[in-house]
Amino acid sequence: MSSLSQPHNASIKPSPWRKFLLGNRASLGTLAVFVVMMLIFFAFAPGIFSRWPIYNSVLLTLPVALFLVVPLVFIVTVGEIDLSFPATMGFSAWIFALAVQAGFNPFIGMIGAILVGMGLGFGVGAIVVYAGLSSLVATLGMNFLLRGLIMIPTEGKSISLLGLNDTLAYKLFSSSVGGFPIQVVWALIFVIISIFLYNRHRFGVRVRAVGDNPDSAAQMGIDTKRVRVATFVFMGLGAALAGIFSTMINFTWWPSSGDAYLLPTLAAVFVGGTPTWGGVGTVAGGAMGAVIVSFIQTGIVAGGLSGFYVQFFNGLIIILSLLGHRWNQIRYR
Amino acid sequence: MGERLIELRDIKKSYGNVFAVGGVSLHVDRGEVVGLLGDNGAGKSTLIKILAGAVRPSHGQIFVRGKEVPGWSPARSRDAGIETVFQDRALAVQQTIVRNIFMGREITTAMGFLDVAKERSEAERLMREIGFTSKVFSPDSIVGQLSGGERQGVAIARAIYNKADLIILDEPTTALSLTETEKVFRFVRTVRESGRSILFIGHNIHHVFDIAERFIVLDRGRVALEITKDEAKSAENLIAFMEHIAHPNGPNPLEAILAERAAHRQGAQA
Ligand SMILES: Nc1ncnc2c1ncn2[C@@H]1O[C@H](COP(=O)(O)OP(=O)(O)OP(=O)(O)O)[C@@H](O)[C@H]1O
Ligand SMILES: [Mg+2]
Repeated sequence: MSSLSQPHNASIKPSPWRKFLLGNRASLGTLAVFVVMMLIFFAFAPGIFSRWPIYNSVLLTLPVALFLVVPLVFIVTVGEIDLSFPATMGFSAWIFALAVQAGFNPFIGMIGAILVGMGLGFGVGAIVVYAGLSSLVATLGMNFLLRGLIMIPTEGKSISLLGLNDTLAYKLFSSSVGGFPIQVVWALIFVIISIFLYNRHRFGVRVRAVGDNPDSAAQMGIDTKRVRVATFVFMGLGAALAGIFSTMINFTWWPSSGDAYLLPTLAAVFVGGTPTWGGVGTVAGGAMGAVIVSFIQTGIVAGGLSGFYVQFFNGLIIILSLLGHRWNQIRYR
Repeated sequence: MGERLIELRDIKKSYGNVFAVGGVSLHVDRGEVVGLLGDNGAGKSTLIKILAGAVRPSHGQIFVRGKEVPGWSPARSRDAGIETVFQDRALAVQQTIVRNIFMGREITTAMGFLDVAKERSEAERLMREIGFTSKVFSPDSIVGQLSGGERQGVAIARAIYNKADLIILDEPTTALSLTETEKVFRFVRTVRESGRSILFIGHNIHHVFDIAERFIVLDRGRVALEITKDEAKSAENLIAFMEHIAHPNGPNPLEAILAERAAHRQGAQA
């Protein structure tokens, strides 16, 4: 900081705390939603929520959700949407399962699945961006198409992978250490790297610039199409990791793998505080959104309510979060 | 006369069957300030968007320092040392001042991660250099919170960042107060003194006459006049000429001057 501007700006420089609050208002708002939700759970079922098993069961499902929600924040920020990630997830997991079933080392299967996931992401992105299609409709179509390509040859049959248990890959990525599922650690590493990618890396900065004002970004020499396609490739990577992790934890691949994640993941992005209009967003908030959504599903049943309440509370939390973010998100034009 | 920095040859741009630019040739030399004039819709902005690479011409060639550059694009234009302040400012308003200044050419360290401290201090230096400093904003302020003049400052700071050889300003003073306008002019003079070139578009012909030394008048996508300050003599002459092309029934006020120039050139050739 130069000495010249120091006295000049000193009077208005917000305190670091205030700056932090303002800069992270969306994710902090999401955190507030989470805290309130947990307090309610505690009030209704203190016996369950003060003991570890409930958190353990959330932690088992959470990693997959995190691998999906984080890249989706990038896609929404760049001004697109992706509804095809469930099929991409199922497809790459299928590649992983086939490789392991055929006797390959699971690491090889993982690499294959990741390459296929990123390749599918590239394909979906290229169709949307270079053919100029609406991502809402085109990715919906791709989701059906890819799921169909899984269903036709497998005829809906699942693949069981009991042998995974003894492999190094399983121990590294899917075992639990002292009752704590290790997948969570990998998912957290993924989230933290992505936070830096989003806020402090050329890629994230360009994703935001393109989502904010694509014409300006192009005039400043940014290859906007490439940036948009890259977010879909990143989504493919996340979907592949989600597929691999979910297959590992279940020792089974199902042809419907990924399907159940479509709506909760979308909800998590917006519950997390990323607005729909592009240009801004929050990865940390999205991750927290995923935690919230996971907790609703597990918490309500564990709290003694019947599963029939899950959808109602899911919807309630989504609407309340959106209302909360409504005054939190200022849209500049 | 300085080195020929950039030259357009027979540039055309059509939208449907309307020619926004219908065969324009012009050049800007090193260190000169050129004023681009013309009525609303004359094609000025389209022409500078072509120079900036943002719009692809339907026809014509672009030469940089005497060499034709194929595949002209925004990145090529920036690489050639051309920076543009667009009429609409081209800012991403939800991002910070720093992010806008370094849009498309982030300062990074290893593996593409941003050098945040360096970007911030560079941004502060640029804002100070052009005199667009304020008590109420810092480099981390969101552009959407700034006034029109302040946004203009951000766009100009962005344009001077990489020491461009040619800075194009498309109506930079429109909607600015007198003091802010004066800042822009001071900035133009500073740039000229540093030996760089400027292509300045403006509707206030008195202003443009003050700061430019050569003028190009566009009329419905074509060059109607290209004249130096010495030849034009006064802003009134230019204004009269522009009225003449808008309502061409009277005599051309510059006719005598142009005839004299033509005779002079013929004499020089003989
Ligand atoms: N994207 C576009 N699509 C269709 N027509 C366009 C487009 N851009 C410009 N035009 C037309 O081209 C002509 C020239 O426009 P341009 O913006 O270059 O004018 P200008 O000289 O900059 O005018 P002003 O002084 O009002 O800014 C206008 O008639 C305009 O309607
Ligand atoms: Mg214009």
